[in-house]
Amino acid sequence: MKAADFEYRCPGTIDEVCELLHSRGSDARVLAGGQSLVPAMNLRLSSAELLIDINRVQELEGISLSDDEAYVRVGALARHAQVAESKLIAQHVPLVHEAMRYVAHPAIRNRGTCCGSLALADPSAEMPACAVTLNATLVLQSKSDGIRKVPAREFFFGLYDTARRDDELLIEVLWPCRKSHSRAGFNELSRRHGDFALVGIAAQCQIDNGRIKDLALVTFGTGPTPRLSAQAATVAEGRRPTPQLAQELATITADELDPDEVAEIEIKRHQTDALARRMLTKMFQEPGDAN
Amino acid sequence: MRTNQVAEITLTINGERGSFSVPVRRNLVDFLRHDVGLTGSHVGCEAGICGACNVRVDGAVVRGCLMFAVQANGRAVDTIEGITASGEAAELQQAFIERNALQCGYCTPGMLMTGLELVNSGRVVSRDEIREELSGNFCRCTGYHAIVDAIEHVVERSRK
Repeated sequence: MKAADFEYRCPGTIDEVCELLHSRGSDARVLAGGQSLVPAMNLRLSSAELLIDINRVQELEGISLSDDEAYVRVGALARHAQVAESKLIAQHVPLVHEAMRYVAHPAIRNRGTCCGSLALADPSAEMPACAVTLNATLVLQSKSDGIRKVPAREFFFGLYDTARRDDELLIEVLWPCRKSHSRAGFNELSRRHGDFALVGIAAQCQIDNGRIKDLALVTFGTGPTPRLSAQAATVAEGRRPTPQLAQELATITADELDPDEVAEIEIKRHQTDALARRMLTKMFQEPGDAN
Repeated sequence: MRTNQVAEITLTINGERGSFSVPVRRNLVDFLRHDVGLTGSHVGCEAGICGACNVRVDGAVVRGCLMFAVQANGRAVDTIEGITASGEAAELQQAFIERNALQCGYCTPGMLMTGLELVNSGRVVSRDEIREELSGNFCRCTGYHAIVDAIEHVVERSRK
């Protein structure tokens, strides 16, 4: 099918976008890569009275390292393909680099954006899971409040529901740079390469003197939002990274799935358990870095 | 709600510059087929899944059904007609023919677009990686074996 009719605007600056969102935000949809929005519009699952195309806003382009090297900024127009090829991301945010392998198909990656994926908050998408794992900072801008920064762990409210208000534009995401001795892992199950995950796992921790510190273990595709396991972090803290611990943590995350949120809970638990064990075992075994 | 908004756009299609009036809701592949008369790019699912409508915009392969024509204003669009006329796709097309990598041919323009992007990238790729790369293109008659064969052949040759 074709998208229903809409009004189209193509502003050239963030201020103009914010002005439009300020006056007409509740009727408007922001068009960046359009690789989720446009199919939804074509299928008539979604519609917009006003489509605000941000593709000409140059301020929203680019991937850059902050001066203090604390984070990598990914602008709202950075395509998945650019993130996948970015040396800055590969070096400083290995979790996202690893996750990009699972994001969609080539032609989709050429258009789709990292920030668009975050703003949409599809529960089986990779970028929200990475953002929660690393607690990335989402930077919103509006005419009334200017810049507002929201930690990823407070951004995702539910299915396609986030802390972004109708009058706000997600202008960039700030990915925290890896610390020394950190490890990251990512894996997912899907029916076809590049499709949305049936179950996915993302994790990061530090391994200092052979002991685990600050484990962030996230499952996604298993509920309305990426799920950070507080219990896994507590159990892993100070322990040695052994295959036995990987199994213990996998069981914890699988048990945490909520039968009210997931269909076929036993299958999802089994998949989560297997995937988490596989991924954590590999992550624990990787040789440590020299930092 | 109907706005019937129409936009004036100027773009380069297969190396030729042109100006058009398009309804803003018309997607790029419909525009190419109906307004420009380039029917080589095919319309399959209209939801970004099948890859039959793949075209290049500013050198990158994209889904023609997931971009509105108005978004191509000022951009350079290449279709299967363009890369055939220029000879850019000739080697890959020959490889498809030699290996019977098509039956009905509906998916072929999209397959060639995706395959050519892989060839042009100069990346060293395994068969598994070619399959991954093609995972966004559906073929409903031959299966993918001969298509992977054809792309692999050209990837290997272009590396030598």
